[in-house]
Amino acid sequence: MPRSAESSFRSGRWSRWLAPLLALVVVGCAEHYPQTTLLPKGDFARMVDHLLRTTVWWATGVFILVEGALVVAMIRFRERPGDPEPKQTHGNMALEIAWTIIPAAILAIIAVPTVRTIFKTSELPGGNSVQVDVIGHQWWFEFRYPMGKDTVVTADEMHVPLGRTVDLRLTSADVIHSFWVPQFAGKRDMIPGHTNHFWFKADTVGTYPSQCAEFCGEEHGRMGFRIVVQDSATFAQWEAAQLAPFAGDSTDSLFRVGKTLFVTAGCIGCHAMAGQPTEHIMSMMGPNLSHVASRGTIVAGMFPESDSTMSIWLRNPQAAKPGALMKLPRPLTEPEIAALVHYVRAHR
Amino acid sequence: MATAALPRDHAAGASHEATGLWSWITTVDHKRIGILYGATAFLFFLMGGLEALLLRWQLGRPDNTFLSPDVYNQVFTMHGTTMIFLAVMPLSAMFFNFMIPLQIGARDVAFPRLNAFSYWVFLLGGLFINSSFLFHAAPNAGWFGYANLTSIQYSPAINIDFWLLGLQMLGVASLAAAVNFATTIINLRAPGMKLLRMPMFTWMSFITQVLLLLAFPVITVALILLMMDRFFGTSFYVPTGGGDPVLWQHLFWIFGHPEVYILILPAFGIVSEVLPVFSRKPIFGYTAMVFSGIFIAFLGFGVWSHHMFAVGMGPIADTVFSLTTMLIAIPTGVKIFNWIATIWGGSIRYRAAMMFALGFIAMFIIGGLSGVMHAVAPADLQQTDTYFVVAHFHYVLFGGSIFALVAGAYYWFPKMFGRMLDERLGKVHFWLMLIGFNLTFFPMHFLGLNGMPRRVYTYPAGLGFSFWNAVATAGSLILGTSFLVFLINIIKTWRTRPTTPIPADPWGGATLEWSIPSPPPPHNFEEIPTIDSRDPLWAAKRKAGGTLPEPVRGSGAGIHMPPPSYWPFFAAWGILIFLVGFLVGVKLPIILAGAALLLVSVFNWAFEPVE
Repeated sequence: MPRSAESSFRSGRWSRWLAPLLALVVVGCAEHYPQTTLLPKGDFARMVDHLLRTTVWWATGVFILVEGALVVAMIRFRERPGDPEPKQTHGNMALEIAWTIIPAAILAIIAVPTVRTIFKTSELPGGNSVQVDVIGHQWWFEFRYPMGKDTVVTADEMHVPLGRTVDLRLTSADVIHSFWVPQFAGKRDMIPGHTNHFWFKADTVGTYPSQCAEFCGEEHGRMGFRIVVQDSATFAQWEAAQLAPFAGDSTDSLFRVGKTLFVTAGCIGCHAMAGQPTEHIMSMMGPNLSHVASRGTIVAGMFPESDSTMSIWLRNPQAAKPGALMKLPRPLTEPEIAALVHYVRAHR
Repeated sequence: MATAALPRDHAAGASHEATGLWSWITTVDHKRIGILYGATAFLFFLMGGLEALLLRWQLGRPDNTFLSPDVYNQVFTMHGTTMIFLAVMPLSAMFFNFMIPLQIGARDVAFPRLNAFSYWVFLLGGLFINSSFLFHAAPNAGWFGYANLTSIQYSPAINIDFWLLGLQMLGVASLAAAVNFATTIINLRAPGMKLLRMPMFTWMSFITQVLLLLAFPVITVALILLMMDRFFGTSFYVPTGGGDPVLWQHLFWIFGHPEVYILILPAFGIVSEVLPVFSRKPIFGYTAMVFSGIFIAFLGFGVWSHHMFAVGMGPIADTVFSLTTMLIAIPTGVKIFNWIATIWGGSIRYRAAMMFALGFIAMFIIGGLSGVMHAVAPADLQQTDTYFVVAHFHYVLFGGSIFALVAGAYYWFPKMFGRMLDERLGKVHFWLMLIGFNLTFFPMHFLGLNGMPRRVYTYPAGLGFSFWNAVATAGSLILGTSFLVFLINIIKTWRTRPTTPIPADPWGGATLEWSIPSPPPPHNFEEIPTIDSRDPLWAAKRKAGGTLPEPVRGSGAGIHMPPPSYWPFFAAWGILIFLVGFLVGVKLPIILAGAALLLVSVFNWAFEPVE
């Protein structure tokens, strides 16, 4: 009976498995992970990553030793025919004390940098920071940049300046969500009735995907956003553009049709929009659309921003994203969709 | 009833127990109740497994539309709820029921009818919560049902009502059982069985009962507050009404973390029985094993907020919960080292039970190490709510609890049913399960660290999650197949009648359950044994020069056993009807009818003649 267990431990067998196994791992790693936590792009994430790597090294060492001891015992002490009764040992005080103290010591070694990092990351670093208020909604992210008397309000895309601390105030308009910037820090929950604080500092320009990390209902899986890290000049330009008033081209007849439809088709019930009465209302249900065409994606990062994706969305939001809270008061005709898409996408 | 049943019972009692459906409904025999627990829990386990396969199929490729988001959310919620409350806990309860009285040399549990009551409440609670599928209204807020998503505003349908009422019911079953087993272990031990002579499974089970007694009231209270919010318009968890959803998280995890130990401590106990028997060596460091179990349970109440590092509790709280969580690794490490030391120097027989027990150690080490990684609070800010956590707790609960429960099944099956499971199929089961399990769950470590959050119904192609998800799905099919082999093994064993009765002690056991026939007679022991050592059967065998004669199966004449009763069954129905009254919109007549049935049943139960 023990034969099958025994023979599979012989080393010869493993070489046959090893080559395809390695191939698997390589293929797995060759893929690109834009949302990875393992390539930190900011100092918060770098501290966390350092800590993780320290822990992983210790864990790997312990893993090899303990699993090794287990495997050695399994092979060395397998039953052989005619074995006498093994020596009946009941314990060994010295050994037991040793394997209580050694793990305690290893844990202490991990605990010191852990506690240090907890305190280091809990304090907002000084210096010139930029404040961003993030509000979770089912199922999209809203970002507000208070700037004196004005506020930039946007959604789905968080622009941050390179090398400056981003001072985050997090809350939710409905249920608990979790704000996650895997490339720059970790997670912090967005809890209705609470204002949570978090920070990060990005050190590489680029556009990074992320998404909600706390289950928040039907479309939790599609509640994404992007972090756009820009050098300070580009960031300032972006801010200015977001604040610039937008009138639209009144000679464009399709634009005028769209502008009227925005009201009559019911869009205005949920969306703030430049040039509409809702332009400055902060408490609308849906995302602010004043500069929607300046964003790379729509529908919480689900689609790239384009004529065709916006048409798909307006044709039937429930088909595109089941459960989404955007419900059309009435179905739109194709010419209406074209006019609305034209109108909305004019807002850059 | 009593007079009518009497002659028949006497006639049957001469050789065998009464049979038939009614005898199972009215049974108070801990062994039959154990079998009922096991059969029911195994069916729920298969159902939870099927749900897991649906989830894996959906995640097998990016942007899949196999399950809609709503259905996916229902299925993952029910997968977690089923596996924890309807599979792993009651599978442990099967062994509590069957084995604790046998291991301590008792004829039954302290409260046999309460035991039947626990089972019926569990069964009806499990059916109740699963009946939600018939209404396309299965719970859909995750097994930890975070407020305020569960509030009436954000979950207006009855999905959450099924969940919270079902959990209340399962809580009643668990609490009643915990009182029963704690009392049994304290009061019904055979003469000479001091606390520090108890078998390790009984010890770990005892600690589990204490955890149940202390942890379940907390979830009961948390759920009552949620009931108030949903049925009577209070705002305990509703921020717009002045409540706080974080309160739920604290209450839930004060229950939820000890619950993790409720799931794993019985597994520790099973493995601590199997390893010595199949290495022919006593458990290494018995006292350390007992006290590390107690220490783990004690610390288990001081670590709940490590589930909440992302909540933003501040550096002091994060530090405290980081450190207490790390402390748990010490007694857990002691257990692992002592298990390895137990087989070290032994003579290891690779039977299926032993292979699963060894597999348990190997897998649990991995789960334990990733647990330490979570204890590092800043690192956990990245890992929490990702697939890394999914990998971690499956290494602990599947690699841990399930491997150990299956080891227990192969080990105790002969005792419970008087038949031996097929060893060859058992080994096929083991290798398929080990390979399938690792292929399913190890890649989840990579997925989590590379940014895949948990509880998402799909993911886009561009995030690099496709490959490892496909591997995990392939692994889950192998894992599913392994349980098919187990099922075939059980059915095959069932269909082939043994020509000669199997021996009382097929493995060379150390504990009392192996001293009586397989399966045991209704009265268990012809004579209550007197205990003077930790491994009483080994001591007896040594004294007798190696082997003992087969025990005789006595008629049990003259031994007083508790009579069957149908009142526990009806009392359970009373609770079910009571809760259904809430489900259908707080209908007072139904609620009162349920309460009345419960009261009448308990009254009659209390005044039932014991003869």
